[in-house]
Amino acid sequence: MITIKNLHASIEGKAILKGLNLTVNAGEVHAIMGPNGAGKSTLASILAGREEYEITAGEIDFDGKDLLDLSVEERAREGLFLAFQYPVEIPGVSNVNFLRTAINEIREHKGETAMSAKEFMALVRDKSALVELDSKLASRSVNEGFSGGEKKRNEIFQMAMLNPKLAILDETDSGLDIDALRIVANGVNELKTDQNATIIITHYQRLLDYIIPDFVHVLYDGRIVKTAGKELALELEEKGYDWIKENKVN
Amino acid sequence: MANYTEDELAEELKNQEYKFGFVSDIDTDTIPIGLNEDIVRLISSKKEEPQWLLDYRLNALELWSTMNEPSWAHVKYKKPDFQAIAYYSAPKQTKKYESWDDVDPEMKATMTKLGISMEEQQRLTGVAVDFVMDSVSVATSFKEKLGELGIIFCSFSEAVQNHPDLVQKYMGTVVPTQDNFYATLNAAVFTDGSFCYIPKGVRCPMELSTYFRINAGGTGQFERTLVIADEGSYVSYLEGCTAPQRDENQLHAAVVELIALENAEIKYSTVQNWYPGDKNGLGGIFNFVTKRGVCEKNAKISWTQVETGSAVTWKYPSCILKGDNSVGEFYSVAVTNNYQQADTGTKMIHLGKNTKSTIISKGISAGKSQNSYRGLVQIQKNAHNARNFSQCDSLLMSSECGAHTFPYIECKNSSAKIEHEATTSKIGEDQLFYCKQRGISEEKAIGLIVNGYCKEVLNQLPMEFAVEAQKLLTISLEGSVG
Repeated sequence: MITIKNLHASIEGKAILKGLNLTVNAGEVHAIMGPNGAGKSTLASILAGREEYEITAGEIDFDGKDLLDLSVEERAREGLFLAFQYPVEIPGVSNVNFLRTAINEIREHKGETAMSAKEFMALVRDKSALVELDSKLASRSVNEGFSGGEKKRNEIFQMAMLNPKLAILDETDSGLDIDALRIVANGVNELKTDQNATIIITHYQRLLDYIIPDFVHVLYDGRIVKTAGKELALELEEKGYDWIKENKVN
Repeated sequence: MANYTEDELAEELKNQEYKFGFVSDIDTDTIPIGLNEDIVRLISSKKEEPQWLLDYRLNALELWSTMNEPSWAHVKYKKPDFQAIAYYSAPKQTKKYESWDDVDPEMKATMTKLGISMEEQQRLTGVAVDFVMDSVSVATSFKEKLGELGIIFCSFSEAVQNHPDLVQKYMGTVVPTQDNFYATLNAAVFTDGSFCYIPKGVRCPMELSTYFRINAGGTGQFERTLVIADEGSYVSYLEGCTAPQRDENQLHAAVVELIALENAEIKYSTVQNWYPGDKNGLGGIFNFVTKRGVCEKNAKISWTQVETGSAVTWKYPSCILKGDNSVGEFYSVAVTNNYQQADTGTKMIHLGKNTKSTIISKGISAGKSQNSYRGLVQIQKNAHNARNFSQCDSLLMSSECGAHTFPYIECKNSSAKIEHEATTSKIGEDQLFYCKQRGISEEKAIGLIVNGYCKEVLNQLPMEFAVEAQKLLTISLEGSVG
């Protein structure tokens, strides 16, 4: 699905990623953990195509295409989805209008015809139920006046609507109470197939109680320094990140 | 000129008639450039106007010659040479292009983007085509329908001929001749415009725009519009047209007067996208308009405007809330791009008791443009329990543009309640990125964000025009984020 090789990136001359390697295959769930400032959110931003980062070395293959060659919207249309850590409010633009525009842009890219209003509304009903999102929220302005939990659920709702190949969840668990966490996790689990993949970026282990990852990676100082199965998350929760830092120094 | 007496005037006129012989047949459509009494008389005679209207014009000309062009607005431009303008040209019935292939491709592309049908595109650009017959018949059927209800809707010139009593009674009652430099100029030299009268208790069954779009392709340089809603009547009127108008007239100075009698309601919507000049700020229309309405008891006037065109805009649609319980509303979207300058807003003059006004203004500046909101809320001393709510938002699309807000509040009654809210924001890179991450192109993303921002105003427009206005906003701002 995605192969990242020797990725180096910096912002305003400051190196953030320093030779990151990662391979994610279809059907897999990967968790990327690490202390604050390790470069987790930078990785998510670069994959989505934020322009303020400079890629100084490395390559990224996304399903046979050179990801770094694609614009932000082309990446999205090719099936890369980012669930934002801080979803943005767009006043006056209804969620429904927003998503319909997005879906039809993606369909156009794939050479498909626009989705009919009827088909679209049926999809909205179906997918909003998945994340227990009040259908009224679907007709409200994008994220405007949503609570923190509603915003995160709306991200997963959008993900369900757009049905991406690769979803990157950037700190989706932050600021969620336990019920919202369960709902979000259920949504992600329901959407999982052997055709798609998920990268979960998180600081804490608790989301991983609900979404069981196939691999857990520790990102530290711009590199993946440890990779293991789901048990690594528990170990990190228990010991913190210091032992990894020490190991690395030694 | 100030000491000029009527006798002297009469004497001079007598001589001049001989001198120029302007009553005789003139077969040209445009008169010589310049502005003087002869020209005013010529316009009036060409239109076969009654004496009172000629007097009205001459009085205006005399006043105008003593006035100076105002300079308080936040706009900079080279002052027009008023003696270098031809003040009369015949209505543009003649074809402008020999064939459809001659029409500017850029203009065609814009109209296609707006979703305007090929037939209408050809009509709007003035290409001579034979479906004109068809339009005439449609227009006639509208006219019949309106006629059954006693609604008068015609050109200003026709109204002068056929309904002189109404014109004479109301013309200049809301925007007096001496009101301001441009309004006075208009009073002297206006050539045509629209007239509308809705009889007592009649609810006009259609948007008058529908008829307007079919009937009037070109707009005059000095238009004059008079809308009278008699007691208990209702009318929704849409002025302008969303197709790009590559008008060769550089200066436009229109006057619009609305009269809402007791319990009447007038909804007046404008979509203006005259030529804004090119990307370097060359050319473009100067739009200096005076628009004002008066509300009698329990009456309501609602102005909605979407302004995306013109190089310089100077425009303040206003309401005089004269009657008790009357209501004034102003909803505005003003977009400026490249080197455009807009100084626009409203005046709400509260005279009656329990009068209420609402102002929602959304300014969007892009490129190197300057966009100013200027508004006055005035509560006079007898306006007990007057209420005003104003909201002025500015959206900046680039780092080189400017947004300015000049709110004036004058309150002479302690029972008044006035609220003013203002915000300025820059179009979020984060919002754009968010849209793009969902697969939406930058162009569509800007369209979504800007239309969302203007939603409160666009919702006030009649349905069919709201759709075109939305597209227009997107087109005006294409490639403008920076």
